[in-house]
Amino acid sequence: MNAGSFILNILILGVPFSVALLLAGLGETINQRSGVFNLGCEGIMAMGAFLAFLPPYFLAKTPLAPSANLIGILLAVAAGALLGLLFALVVVTFRAPQGIAGIGLQMLGWGTAGTLFRRYVGGVTGVTGIPSLPIPGLSRIPILGPILFNHNPLVYLAFLLVPVFWYILFKTPWGLKVRAVGTYPRAADSLGIPVARVRYQALALGGAMAGLAGAYLSLAQAKMFADDLIAGRGFIAVALVYFGRWNPVGIMGGALLFSLAQSLQLSIQVAGIDFPYEFAVMLPYALVIVVLALVRKARMVGPAELGKPFDREQRV
Amino acid sequence: MNKTMKAVYNAAVVLAATLAAMGIGALVFAAVGADVVKAYGVILTEPLKDLIGITEIAVRAVPLTLIALGIAIAFRSGTLNIGAEGQMLMGILASSAAAIALPDLPKPLLIPLAVLAGAAGGAVWGAAAGILKARLGVNEILSTVMLNYIAAQFYTFLLRGPMMDPEELVTGSGTPQSVRIPRAAWLDRLLPGTRLHAGVYIALVLAVVVFILLWRTSAGFRMRAAGAEAKAARYAGIRVERYVVAAMLLSGAFAGIAGAVEILGVHRRAIEGVSGGYGFTGIVVSLFGGLHPAGILPASLFFGLLLLGADMTQRLADVPANMVLVLQGAIILAIVSARQFMNNPYVQDRLARRLARIRGRPAPNPIPGSPEACPDPSDSPDPCLADEPAALAGGGSRDVRPEDQR
Repeated sequence: MNAGSFILNILILGVPFSVALLLAGLGETINQRSGVFNLGCEGIMAMGAFLAFLPPYFLAKTPLAPSANLIGILLAVAAGALLGLLFALVVVTFRAPQGIAGIGLQMLGWGTAGTLFRRYVGGVTGVTGIPSLPIPGLSRIPILGPILFNHNPLVYLAFLLVPVFWYILFKTPWGLKVRAVGTYPRAADSLGIPVARVRYQALALGGAMAGLAGAYLSLAQAKMFADDLIAGRGFIAVALVYFGRWNPVGIMGGALLFSLAQSLQLSIQVAGIDFPYEFAVMLPYALVIVVLALVRKARMVGPAELGKPFDREQRV
Repeated sequence: MNKTMKAVYNAAVVLAATLAAMGIGALVFAAVGADVVKAYGVILTEPLKDLIGITEIAVRAVPLTLIALGIAIAFRSGTLNIGAEGQMLMGILASSAAAIALPDLPKPLLIPLAVLAGAAGGAVWGAAAGILKARLGVNEILSTVMLNYIAAQFYTFLLRGPMMDPEELVTGSGTPQSVRIPRAAWLDRLLPGTRLHAGVYIALVLAVVVFILLWRTSAGFRMRAAGAEAKAARYAGIRVERYVVAAMLLSGAFAGIAGAVEILGVHRRAIEGVSGGYGFTGIVVSLFGGLHPAGILPASLFFGLLLLGADMTQRLADVPANMVLVLQGAIILAIVSARQFMNNPYVQDRLARRLARIRGRPAPNPIPGSPEACPDPSDSPDPCLADEPAALAGGGSRDVRPEDQR
């Protein structure tokens, strides 16, 4: 294999790998902009991945089979939003500390997905998954075509959502409210913005995105479900939000960086370069720590009230 | 609200939290088609039916206690250590390597050495996250989660490579495990026919040590101060960053000891799957035990019961053992929610007011600082500031809050 095709392969693999991180990261951006740090993302992704996997698995030989993937995605998104609302109940209404509550949600989601999976499916089974949809014409462009225009529809959707989320966050009244309750909830409250309601909405949207990210993993990327399918991607997505400075465009850059690291690791293994497998798998996780250490100064642009519950009766 | 009412109120909060956690569990039990009552019955009583079951609970409680003690130290110092799983693995590697490398040492020397090696292994992993937080502001939750994944890979790398039992290569089975540690490093079994081992004493002694450290020494006081209110602690001259690193280091060391004890007492060689989620269960144990050794000891027994019971439901009620994760997650969410209501004078006051209205009695006096105590902010002297005589004398104006404008 020559160097050119080696690099091309990394890029072709890297783009779809970034999608799960990108979708979850976009949702987490909205969460954190509203002042809530949702570490339960990992658990929501596990539930999303499992629920999305169910319809294609059970409906494979029924007349509903053609729409099974869509049903799965909708289930994942709905469950994600519900879990986001559960998290909102705990951290917004009950004002629980967000870090530890997020770990609780992660265990709950991960455990529920694993329990139901072992009971109803058992072993690892594949599904047909979402077929790729080459864009006519564009996918034939040399080099760029296979990198950008020869993927499944969710990949295109994820990248289209980047400008959409940017627009929502920075150009719509709701986006302004989200940023306001994350930056200075007391001021927002005095202007009549319902802080708790906006945070509930943000968490529901963030949860739905995490559910969609999970659905992408089981239906499009792995085309199967396993207990450890998520493998820390939810936590990486949370870290990406810091790296991307709470901006959808930055999140996209971060997601691509991580997915390229992952596809580089896979390509090294495929190319048979002698490098311990375990160290290759460590690479993305170590990268997270390095990245978090490097972005310290970016803290300044983050939502000021991130992680702090709002209590309007509290004395200042 | 009088004292009895407060006790009733707190009991009601605990009851509500318990019901909420069990309710979430019941939903999942129902979703897998299990008989909810039978499933809970199996989890909570089946392990207690014979001596083996009871000792197995204690065997699980030992690493849980150790890990939870470490997490309590970190928590009390204001850091959240999610990395016990990885720290435990590093402890296992260090302690089994030490025991294997020095087979000729006498027992009274080798066991402490192996345990200390385990502590050092875990401490390195914990301190790494502490330094990253203190020096570079890296969120310790994220860094410890990532260090867990890295440790897990490093663990399999060593067990498949440098530390693998040479026998495995000869027989060709290739199970990733180390050689058996020398007999001199084994912790004694306390009851014949069971796996209960002398690690129980280590856990009990360290529980007392943690209590003395945190509540009876000045270093412990400074750690707790840094955790309770970092800004105030810094004004008082406490070097908060230093205590963050110290807390994470100690926390990691305890997880490392848990790993060492598990190897020396139960498995007697480093194998895969030793940690088995103890690192995560330890977080729940620590919270459930109120972040205090006196609570952690019974809590670890309870969760030992839960872990063993969940294994048994797989056999007896056809519910996968992952169920224990669901219960743990639900318990965490219930505990952190309930903590906001326990001993909360404002909620108690509002409740007392509502009860008085229902029973047609006059409303009790509002507590100072509550919105009910300040009907009109222009009133002077301000009852909200009853506890601040200086402000009262100066007649300082206060911000108008939304509630005040009704």
